Amino acid sequence: MDEPTASLTHEEVAALLATIHELNRQGIATVFVSHRLDEVMTIAERVTVLRDGHNLGTYWVRELDRRRLAELITGHVFESSLKPAFSVKSAPMLEVRGLTREGQYHNIELEVRPGEIVGLIGRLGAGRTELALSLFGMNPPDSGEIWVDGKQVQLRTNQDAIRHKIAYVSEDRLSLGLVMPQTIADNAVVSVLDRLTGPLGLIDETHRTETIKRWIFQELRVKTNNAERPVQQLSGGNQQRVVLAKWLATDPRVLLLDSPTVGVDIGAKAGIFQVVDALAKRGIGILLISDEIEEVLYQSHRILVMRSGAIVGTYDPRRVSEQELREAIYA
Amino acid sequence: MPNSGSVIKAAFRRHDVQLAGIICVMALVFSTLSRTFLSAGNLVALLENYSVMAIMACGLLVVLISGGIDISFAAVAAVSQYLTAIIIIQLGGNWVLAFVLSAGFGFLLGIVNALLIYFLKALSVIVTISTMTFYFSMLLFVTDGKSLYDLPDWFTADLSLFGIPFPIVVATTALLLTVLLLSRLALGLQIYALGGNPEAAKRVGCNLLGLHCLVYGYSGLVAGFAGLVEAHRVEEVVPGALIGRELDVLAAVVLGGASLLGGTGTVSGTIFGIVLLAILQNGLTLLGVSSYSFGLVTGLVILISVSVTAYAAMRQRKRSAVNAD
Repeated sequence: MDEPTASLTHEEVAALLATIHELNRQGIATVFVSHRLDEVMTIAERVTVLRDGHNLGTYWVRELDRRRLAELITGHVFESSLKPAFSVKSAPMLEVRGLTREGQYHNIELEVRPGEIVGLIGRLGAGRTELALSLFGMNPPDSGEIWVDGKQVQLRTNQDAIRHKIAYVSEDRLSLGLVMPQTIADNAVVSVLDRLTGPLGLIDETHRTETIKRWIFQELRVKTNNAERPVQQLSGGNQQRVVLAKWLATDPRVLLLDSPTVGVDIGAKAGIFQVVDALAKRGIGILLISDEIEEVLYQSHRILVMRSGAIVGTYDPRRVSEQELREAIYA
Repeated sequence: MPNSGSVIKAAFRRHDVQLAGIICVMALVFSTLSRTFLSAGNLVALLENYSVMAIMACGLLVVLISGGIDISFAAVAAVSQYLTAIIIIQLGGNWVLAFVLSAGFGFLLGIVNALLIYFLKALSVIVTISTMTFYFSMLLFVTDGKSLYDLPDWFTADLSLFGIPFPIVVATTALLLTVLLLSRLALGLQIYALGGNPEAAKRVGCNLLGLHCLVYGYSGLVAGFAGLVEAHRVEEVVPGALIGRELDVLAAVVLGGASLLGGTGTVSGTIFGIVLLAILQNGLTLLGVSSYSFGLVTGLVILISVSVTAYAAMRQRKRSAVNAD
């Protein structure tokens, strides 16, 4: 199977991997060609690493970890270091009190301070995305309160959420984030059209060009020399940068990042988290939702574990091991 | 670095450049086969003949870009035309009133389409085929299929602006209006986004109900224009005159590069699509080929252009699957 997951969504990938497991049980051997670490680590027993046409050897997956595999693939040593303790004592940017939606999540309490990155981890179906959608106005809760920047808000539609400067980078950029036939530029400005238009609804070209220059080229450094190219020509990592650019252009105060690095290769992942760090330093409150323990461990200031619709624990990344987190998630 | 060769190659890959090339070749062939083809008289008549189609194409283009389809526009044009004609025959009036009435009726009928499609989450092709049948049958039922011949003199009198016949003026206006909507207004970008990925459009805060009303309302509005222009040209209102044009218009718009899957399409491409179809049909007439062949040609054109678009999309998908990262 040569890059079988390249154009699949998150859920489709899971279904494909399950199918391969099933074939495996029936005694069919599979060669799985991929650049995606998670998939290889999940599906493979042995892995052969190729770099620049050279065979770097074959390894048992159980004897590798992701970092070692990433080093073999890229030839770079990845320094993962924990974030320093978060000491800012300012009032929360986002505050959630007793938020409940029957059948999805219950009695959620959380707060995100300006500049803080809060990791939210749990299994698929733990209610993470449902909660995030509620915070983005697309899944109204039954009860509870949401406060943004010290004011209680009612989020009935995502237009309400956008008005309160909440941005949501969804878990699946292919089907939910980007308009593939459109250009990079149009994808980036579609979120801020109201700010680019004059009294008659005409798009102000200079304003548009400035917005694109700032977000696509300066802030997110998308690898392209022409923003008027179709967005589908970009790599996964650069497409994700365009999605980020689109939401950052709205000047958010709260950024909900739902599995932002799914399907993005290891080098590009580091790049995306550099951007996320820079945003946090500017005072945006960030809720990072992820499937990957390593990701929340190294990229957030505080970790919330969600299980069966409830937050079951809060952890300090500097005082918890991967093993402890795994147990909390899968208990 | 792009050199001039690769620039030219890139230009040849562009859909409208390819169409322009085909048009030139066909014009050349027909002008050698028929002496009248390139005469000024024939060309102006050609433009005038196809202006009604161009006006309706504007509406359909916008709907196709938004990811829907409108089959009912010819029926909407017929109804708006008839209602307007009754009013101006009974009460008199002028061109401004006629346009406001006809565009207004068209817009309202388009909004009915939009609301049905949006709230029922129904396929636009099913809804608009139903409304087409309903609008048109209602018209025939209520009017008993009677044509209206006693249109006011000001309505049927020859009309031109700087020597340009009235139908061409209206068609040009409609095309310019559509360019403005699609490429200068923020709403245009939202229409492309809606057609390209409705969920993404919703998530960035586009008002989907509003956009549905806009595109189907616009289609109805320009259908209202088209109905008036047709009545002015033929100096009568025949209930069934416009019915059956849907496929020609669809052929032209799809030929012009609008995808039936939504998200793509341009006004320039649509113009080329209409010109190509016009030249083809006119050339065949001048060569003495039976007009029954028109349908054959239209069908073939839709088939070929849909196949080409689908094939290109297929190759694009394959390429992007290989280069995903």
